[in-house]
Amino acid sequence: MTTSVEPMIRLDKLTKHYPGQEAPAVDGVDLAVPEGEIVILVGPSGCGKTTTLEMINRLIEPSSGRIFLEGEDVTHVNADQLRRRMGYVIQQIGLFPHETIAQNIATVPRMLGWDDKRVNNRVDELLHLVGLDPGRYRNRYPKEMSGGQRQRVGVARAMAADPPVMLMDEPFGATDPITRERLQNEFLRIQEDIRKTIVFVTHDIDEAIKMGDRIAILAEGSRIAQYDTPETILTSPASGFVEQFLGSGILLKRLNLSRVEDVHVAIGEWPTIGPETTAEQARQQLQQSGRTHLLLLDGQRRPDRWIAEIDLNPDRDMSQAGTRVQACVDSRATLNDALQEMLLNANGVAAVVDRDGAYAGTLDLETIIAEIREMRAKALDNGSGVVVGDDT
Amino acid sequence: MTAVAVGSVDSRVVGRERKFLRRARYIGVPAAVATACVAMYLYVQSQELDSIESRIINARNIWTAAVEQIEIALWATALTLVVAVPLGIALTRPWARRVTPIIIAVANIGQGVPAIGLLFFIYIVLIRSGSTAAILGMAIYAVLPVLRGTMVGLQQVDRGVVKAARGMGMSKQSVLLRVEMPLAVPILLTGVRTALVLTVSTAVLAAFIGGGTFGELIISGQAQGRPLAVAVGSLGAAALAIMADWVGGIAEDLLRPKGL
Repeated sequence: MTTSVEPMIRLDKLTKHYPGQEAPAVDGVDLAVPEGEIVILVGPSGCGKTTTLEMINRLIEPSSGRIFLEGEDVTHVNADQLRRRMGYVIQQIGLFPHETIAQNIATVPRMLGWDDKRVNNRVDELLHLVGLDPGRYRNRYPKEMSGGQRQRVGVARAMAADPPVMLMDEPFGATDPITRERLQNEFLRIQEDIRKTIVFVTHDIDEAIKMGDRIAILAEGSRIAQYDTPETILTSPASGFVEQFLGSGILLKRLNLSRVEDVHVAIGEWPTIGPETTAEQARQQLQQSGRTHLLLLDGQRRPDRWIAEIDLNPDRDMSQAGTRVQACVDSRATLNDALQEMLLNANGVAAVVDRDGAYAGTLDLETIIAEIREMRAKALDNGSGVVVGDDT
Repeated sequence: MTAVAVGSVDSRVVGRERKFLRRARYIGVPAAVATACVAMYLYVQSQELDSIESRIINARNIWTAAVEQIEIALWATALTLVVAVPLGIALTRPWARRVTPIIIAVANIGQGVPAIGLLFFIYIVLIRSGSTAAILGMAIYAVLPVLRGTMVGLQQVDRGVVKAARGMGMSKQSVLLRVEMPLAVPILLTGVRTALVLTVSTAVLAAFIGGGTFGELIISGQAQGRPLAVAVGSLGAAALAIMADWVGGIAEDLLRPKGL
């Protein structure tokens, strides 16, 4: 049934017309969501993106048009049954406050009649997947957890019965910028393994570019202004509306397309020392490297401090010398995230860490500038009409 | 069922403090009521009762009055719950949006009518049994707090929680039973507690239509000029009302879902 030709979700002239309103909220949307991809619906507020999403699981019943899931017309099937085949994550999360984390996650598996053992195993597996220790968290109540942790549980709950499709409505919208970035990176890491088909609503174009395999930019009435990969949208916007929506700083936004792990991460260019290294050994290493600073790693090989030669005093504890490493980026972070971190850091170098937080290399400003140059060259080759020169 | 480790030190401290206050309330209230009753008993013992007083103030009379009053209150509260909780649920469903204000208005009027007038009306026009009429009257009187508790309890449930539940494929009915009702319980119970106290305390009015209760002691004491009988009847009625509130408070603590 599901061949590569048939999309996982297909919307056919899907329309929602509320009684008493002149214009339809969603006006004949045609959209195909390929299997295993993240499709972002992004647009200005009131454009009908959430309405469109909620018509896919029929929390809002369409006025006309049809919905296909795995090739099957689900426009009129039992809505409750349909929703159990689609994970659903919303900005408010909506965890059940009177149930433990484990009970929350078990909601859909229980409805599907799984036995206790299978449910419990699945709960632990999912908590691991979203980075929460099951032993510590499964019996907690939602109010005993932070916002970011709750959002992780929300995602785990949506994935509980392993649905092929996930619908996400501004899932990270209510979290602070740092937590949001972390949640986004984690989610991309998870998606790499699970390869769900995801429809994701956001109003934030940067989030769209970062998260999306494809982006549908929606105008009023959920009319699709452009539906394409982030690269194509950024290099050749289809209309003035799209260009306007992308806003200024397209070039900087393109930095969202490249991840730290995709570009050259310099290892070994900066000398590193462990917690046991003496000041004398450190001095030798620094002089041999010809660099200005060395990087002190802690016991778990996490970047701890930048230390210059004048900070190397045999009488002083090494863990107090120099300055703390402020710029530290995940290898899954975008170049844009990395650039921001770097601007915060005095020597213009960001330490790159892997998913366990251990040191993986460094990234410097020159690398990013080279990357920008390359992108601009590519864009000019494509003959795109966008003026990118203004941004540098 | 086992106690769950509370996350932060903060909430643990607050929890301990709350537990202490709760325990103080559990023991303090009945202790105070018992002290008042014992004091009254000793005072009555110290008095020479004349024949009229001793006919009104005696163990059997007091016991009967207490039982009658508790019976009327419990039946009235039960009747109220059977009517008001389903009604409250129905009125918060989207399809009832049009009739909700009308029913609320009627319930408000029900509470506004003087209780004594309502009792006589029911007794004379509908039911010529004192205690049955009293139960019906008290129930009508107590519908409003329970109805309001049910509705407010359901309405304050976070819409995001309901939306998530629906979005996961829970049916409307299981959202109501598994999500909305448990989350409405604390406010619903506050309404029930109010209703219980209301029925216990207004049950004395049943004496006017021959329904017994501590009201009987108060009325006969008043009619025959025996203030001591009035005092005993009043203390009995007050003690029952305070204990009803105490029981209601314990019920609220025990039935509140964990995690809220």
